[in-house]
Amino acid sequence: MESRQKNRYEIRLAGMGGQGLILAGIILAEAATIFDGKNAVQSQSYGPESRGGASRAEVIISPEDVEIDYPKVTTPDMLLVMSREAMERYGHELKPDGIIIIDSTYVHKPEKATGKIISIPVTELTKEKFGKTIVANIVALGIIVEITGIVSKDSLEKAVIKRVPRGTEELNKSALELGYFLAREKMNTIN
Amino acid sequence: MKKEYKLLQGNEACVEGALMAGVSFFGGYPITPSTEIAESLASRLPLTGGKFIQMEDEIGSIAAVLGASLTGAKAMTATSGPGFSLMQELIGFACITEIPCVIVNVQRLGPSTGGPTSPAQGDMLQARWGTHGDHNLIALCPTSIEETFYHTIKCFNLAEEYMVPVILLMDEVIGHMRERIKIPDQKELMIINRQQPSMPPEEYLPYRADERGVAVLANFGKGYRYHVTGLIHDETGFPTNDPKETSKLIRRINYKIENAKDKLLDFQKDNTEDAELIIFAYGSTARSALRSAHEAREQGMKVGTFIPKTIWPFPEKAIFELAEKVKTIMVCEMNLGQLVYEVERAVKGKARVELLSKASGELITPKDIMKKVVEVYN
Amino acid sequence: MAIKEKSGIKKYLRLNKFPHIWCGGCGNGIVLRGILQGIDDLGLEQNKIVMISGIGCSSRMPGYVDFNTLHTAHGRAIAFATGVKLAKPDLHVIIITGDGDCAAIGGNHLIHAARRNIDLTVVILNNSIYGMTSGQYSPLTPYGSFATTAPYGNIEQSFDLCELVSSAGATYIARSTTYHAMQIPKLIAAGIENSGFSFIEIILHCHTYYGRKNKIGGPVEMMEWQKSHAVPISKKGSNIDMTGKFYIGELKKTRSPEYCKTYDELISATQRRKES
Repeated sequence: MESRQKNRYEIRLAGMGGQGLILAGIILAEAATIFDGKNAVQSQSYGPESRGGASRAEVIISPEDVEIDYPKVTTPDMLLVMSREAMERYGHELKPDGIIIIDSTYVHKPEKATGKIISIPVTELTKEKFGKTIVANIVALGIIVEITGIVSKDSLEKAVIKRVPRGTEELNKSALELGYFLAREKMNTIN
Repeated sequence: MKKEYKLLQGNEACVEGALMAGVSFFGGYPITPSTEIAESLASRLPLTGGKFIQMEDEIGSIAAVLGASLTGAKAMTATSGPGFSLMQELIGFACITEIPCVIVNVQRLGPSTGGPTSPAQGDMLQARWGTHGDHNLIALCPTSIEETFYHTIKCFNLAEEYMVPVILLMDEVIGHMRERIKIPDQKELMIINRQQPSMPPEEYLPYRADERGVAVLANFGKGYRYHVTGLIHDETGFPTNDPKETSKLIRRINYKIENAKDKLLDFQKDNTEDAELIIFAYGSTARSALRSAHEAREQGMKVGTFIPKTIWPFPEKAIFELAEKVKTIMVCEMNLGQLVYEVERAVKGKARVELLSKASGELITPKDIMKKVVEVYN
Repeated sequence: MAIKEKSGIKKYLRLNKFPHIWCGGCGNGIVLRGILQGIDDLGLEQNKIVMISGIGCSSRMPGYVDFNTLHTAHGRAIAFATGVKLAKPDLHVIIITGDGDCAAIGGNHLIHAARRNIDLTVVILNNSIYGMTSGQYSPLTPYGSFATTAPYGNIEQSFDLCELVSSAGATYIARSTTYHAMQIPKLIAAGIENSGFSFIEIILHCHTYYGRKNKIGGPVEMMEWQKSHAVPISKKGSNIDMTGKFYIGELKKTRSPEYCKTYDELISATQRRKES
């Protein structure tokens, strides 16, 4: 049981349609499988529309490359919430030592949350830095990887470059850097 | 060259498998959660010289597929519940005329429009019995992205080998989730192509079956001018009312599959040797079953799993053999109980059969299964 | 006047399949003769002809001709044909259908094949009734006519299929009758030669059901009716009272991109792009 659990790191990315969370999930899974030599499964659930509505992506990573049987998240080790609805729905579903990253642009009072709470206004700071929110998902990925180290930064960057539109590589790399920076800054204040 | 992993959706893996098997025609109609198959083939087929057409509905789709197949094309369609229902009449047409084709059904919650993005396994019996009259066909059910790739190739191979429609029963979870896969070189794979007649056209009888009971249909346009009809026909292919010929045809199209059963069956047994309880599960549900079986073992319960990969024909002999050794067979399915009837039939009272059903539009979880295992173990 | 015998068409018949199942005096045989004559006039290679039908009296025709023949399910002939043609564009694909098969259960396939302008030749044998199932009304049964399912007279309106396929995008449309048998081969040949969707409606008599139910009489009387109600399209514009009458001849000849050719161009373009 113990060994199986250790080999199964469950990540849930929850928010609204249009925030690019499914793409973020795919990038994370590709960083793990294609570039890091780990095993991973990615899945998602859509809201009724492809934009707006609730959106949820899940990634299960097996760091030691064992087979992943059940492909869905049961209780996440890491939860990213980027909307109030997602906070209410998923905020309390977390492992006791789990990490929850909250985009405080949308969620101000994480009262229901359990686990280690890291609250950063991801979307707001993305807008501040780049003048647009489109790469907020990539910034969030940077934060997740800086904090959890679940994939290497090198693999993450390769996976991002593979998936983003041509011509936006530098923007997305900067977005990752912003994510790393925000996470480090936050961790320093916590510690 | 060293093969690298790719991260693919089940629907994408199905497309890769189809292309590897040599698909050259796709006729379909958009429907969630199968649409990515059509979208991807619309883009990929022209690159290989193949043809894609979005038909006006699913009846037209399967009709176009069968028409294309008669010219020798490896032809397929992909759909989900509502579209699969519409295709039923022509699936029977394909059975009686022995036109090979592959039909992918990415199952969603039904009946009717049901839950377009919700997984279900509600079409298991429809796949076998959905069209009218005595007929037989083959259906496979993958549990992973890699299996979806290989099963799709196998579907084409079996369709061409047995001149029969072959159904790939996926579900929304398998269709949409992503896993890693190494795509092999085509030369590493066995690809079966359709038999063609060797005799001169004047001696050719399209429905004079070979020793396996399988018709040898010449590709249209190749000089063998014969007749294909959905009516009862004799070996010439023309309609007949003769009761003897009628019975001969109906039996042959059924028994050609039945007689090949040993070759067709594919299933996975894990930890069944000392098991007291066997979890029977298929498709995405099998993934939950594997997890639960491990957990049960860790808790000291002797639990094994039986995962059928070929659903039709059904592996009744293998299940009967298990039933003689175990106390309980627990069937887990994302419906209110479909293959459980087949399991009960196969078990012949030799073991207790329990059902864990879920029809909420959600995948059965390992927790659901564990709860039931604890309940029925003793 | 007897149709001039040409030995040419006999080779297209599966003579061992005769006698056919049609009633004595049925118009289907006249249309069959016309179709084969049209094919023979073009000198097409027999192996390259595919004849496809659905369900109904006329749909039994492919069984009697020595081509690649496909007798499909009710209403679906055009959809099957779409698959055959797109997969192997060098085949000549001819569809034999009836008013029930084509206008009712198969209506949607008709519309969309016409819209695609795919190179198919659809010959509809319109006898205003479901003959094979013994006399129910079809979408082309005239208002007020009697049928087994319209025992008090048909209360539905019929419609003009030629106009339907015209607005849908067919590029060759013609109409004739069994009375005007001499005209049929020319229309069939022109339809096959058209690179695109061709639609040829033949008005024919079903004396067994339509004629009897509506007390019109036998084949002779019904063909007399065809003669008196058909107006050559060349007379369009003259002040003929068209009430209850219909035009015959070539109703539409136009050009637009053919589906299979366009698809082949798409294949070449995508492959070129891939190479470069």
